[in-house]
Order: sequence, then C-alpha cells, then structure tokens
Amino acid sequence: MSMSHGKNQAEQIREISGTNPLKCMKCGKCSATCPAFNEMDIKPHQFVSYVANNNVEELVKSESLWKCLSCFACVERCPRDVKPGKIIDAARQLVVRERGGSYLTADEIPELLDDETPQQLLVSAYRRYKR
Amino acid sequence: MKYSYYPGCTLKNKAKDLDAYARASAQALGFELEEIENWQCCGGVYPLGSDEIATKLSSVRALNEAKEKGQDLVTLCSACHHVIKRVNDDMKNVDDIRFRANNYLKLDTPYAGETKVVHFLELLRDTIGFDELKKRVVKPLTGKKIGAYYGCLLLRPSGILAFDDPENPKIMEDFIRALGATPVIYPYRNECCGGYISLKEKDMAKNMCDKITESASGFGADMLITACPLCMYNLNKSASKDIPVYYFTELLAEALGLKEEA
Repeated sequence: MSMSHGKNQAEQIREISGTNPLKCMKCGKCSATCPAFNEMDIKPHQFVSYVANNNVEELVKSESLWKCLSCFACVERCPRDVKPGKIIDAARQLVVRERGGSYLTADEIPELLDDETPQQLLVSAYRRYKR
Repeated sequence: MKYSYYPGCTLKNKAKDLDAYARASAQALGFELEEIENWQCCGGVYPLGSDEIATKLSSVRALNEAKEKGQDLVTLCSACHHVIKRVNDDMKNVDDIRFRANNYLKLDTPYAGETKVVHFLELLRDTIGFDELKKRVVKPLTGKKIGAYYGCLLLRPSGILAFDDPENPKIMEDFIRALGATPVIYPYRNECCGGYISLKEKDMAKNMCDKITESASGFGADMLITACPLCMYNLNKSASKDIPVYYFTELLAEALGLKEEA
C-alpha cells in the first residue's frame, strides 16, 4: 500500500502503524512505564493524543523519535491495545523515508564504534534511524 | 533430534561464545543444531511499520528453509528470536503481509507461518525439561547467586512471543536452579538496557544499565546472565557497578562439564 501524496501525515501515521489512537482512554500508563520518559520532549501518551487529533506537525520534529527504545513496555502494558510504540515508530518512519531524514549517516559510524561493538547494534540502529 | 538453527550475524563475530557453548551443550544433551544455509541477517529489530515487506524477507527465507526440511527453527540471540518469531506471526495471521511477501519470493509452495520458532531456552524447558537437565549437570554451580537479565526482546509483546509471563518470568530462574545455582529475583530484570540507543545516546543507555545492575547487586546477585549480545555489550559498557555478565550458554556448558572443550 503505497503512500499517496494527498494523504495528510496523521492519516499516514495511522496507516503505517496500523493502530487506532481513538481507542485511547488516557490512563497514561504508557508514559508511566516508559524508560525513556525523562528524555522525551513529547511523551508517549501525548503522541497518541496528537495523532488522534490530527495534530502531527510537532511530532515529526520531536526529539522523542530518537529516544524511543522499541522496548514494547508501553505496548505490553496498554490496557486498550493502542500500541503507542508503533505510533512513535510510524512518525519516525515518516521522517526517515524523506530524503535527508536519517538520524544516522555512514560517516558518523567510525567514531561511534569500539572494539566490542556488536554487529547487532549497528544493524538495529540502521534499521531504526535510516531508510 | 535435529533442528534447523539460525545463529545470526553477531554470533559469527562478537558473540562467538554464545554460539559455541550452545552447540557443545546441544550435542551433549542429544540434539543437533543444523545451521541453515545462506541465512541472511534478521535486521536486528522487527520492522514495526505495517507496510514494511522487504525488511521481513530474510526472516521468511530462514523460516521457509526450516519448513522445507520439516524442522523447528532454533534461535539463540534474543533479537533474532524476536524478529523471526514476529515475522512468522505476520506470515501466519496477516493476510496482506503473507500475500505480498509470497508474491515477492515466488517460492514453490507459499509460506504461511508453518515453522515453529523455538528459543534455545524454550528447548531446554519444553523438550529436554529442567528436571532432566538437572540430572545431566556434572559440575553444579553451587553457591553462585545469579540474576537473570531478560530485557525486552524475549518477553514482549507477550501475545506473540509467548515466551513466559512478561511481568514475572521464571524460565531463566528455573534454568539457574537446574544448574545448581541460586537465582536472584530483582525488579529490573525485564527492563530495557537501552538497546540500539547506546550507539548515539551513550549516557542514556548508561543510566538505564546502572539501574539494572544496581538493582541486581542490591538484591544480592554476584553475576548476571543474558541471551542477548546487545544487552551484554550495554551492561558491560555502561554499568558503573562491576558485576560480571555471562551468556547463559557459557554457564550451561560449565555445568555440563564442557567449558574447556567448547
């Protein structure tokens, strides 16, 4: 299902994530359980609310896109099965799928490595940060 | 008993121990791990976007190869297990993904999630049994107080991973008991180590790993065990407490008296 250009970003986020943010009952459990909460400028529960209200301009500029760990704590513990982590990932996808939207470039890599860096770290980071 | 085996990229390089001790232990316990041919990297993280297909194909190829051999697919690395198990669930239950992945791969027979994906720990629990494992132990790790570090990838989302109770798992504690050691249960054992965040946000990963190791030490653990090379790296790199971290297979091989051979 390719993205048509006419679709607004909120719709694209819903489509990529395959979730329905309107199911949210605003209990805040996602943010309460998020290990990256302190580092996020927009918190997981706010992410859900922004997308529900079609207000996503702030989201694609948010630092939170690069702080989410995909640890699925919010997904596991959401009583309404909204999957906030998938919503954050979909916003991240919107950014990295744009030309120049990567959070990681090959040039940066050598400086970030040490003797123990597992391959798993590099492939995982590339998958999340770059298209 | 023969199983298809998917080692994954890191087990061929920085995490050779995780692989070597597992193979030696498997042989001693009477099952054979047959490495699938020409496996490709799983990608390390499951592609969350519901429109992602290409990034799931390497997992489907591995799954299909096991299917063609009529074998279960055994994994060791938490990340490979997580990715392959979730892609398998997609191929079984998500019509759109199954349809498009099969269109792309053009296999002789379409793949529809037939393969059973089994983590090495599940094999010990469900096929060998921890009671039986205990009988095979020749050098019990008596007196060692070991904290199991689960992390995220083996447990969540529990509906698909179906590995153990995601909030109060016990498979690794039962494993530790079978080896003759004492498990230490501590609150942060299923919290995230930071994962891939440690590449660019090193302080953030360090803070998270400090919480984990302080929690484990505080509850009396002398060492931690993990199944994940990235958890191992993050815990070793980032944690301020000096608590050793081992792959669970290393302790297994030690208890089975195989450590020198492996």
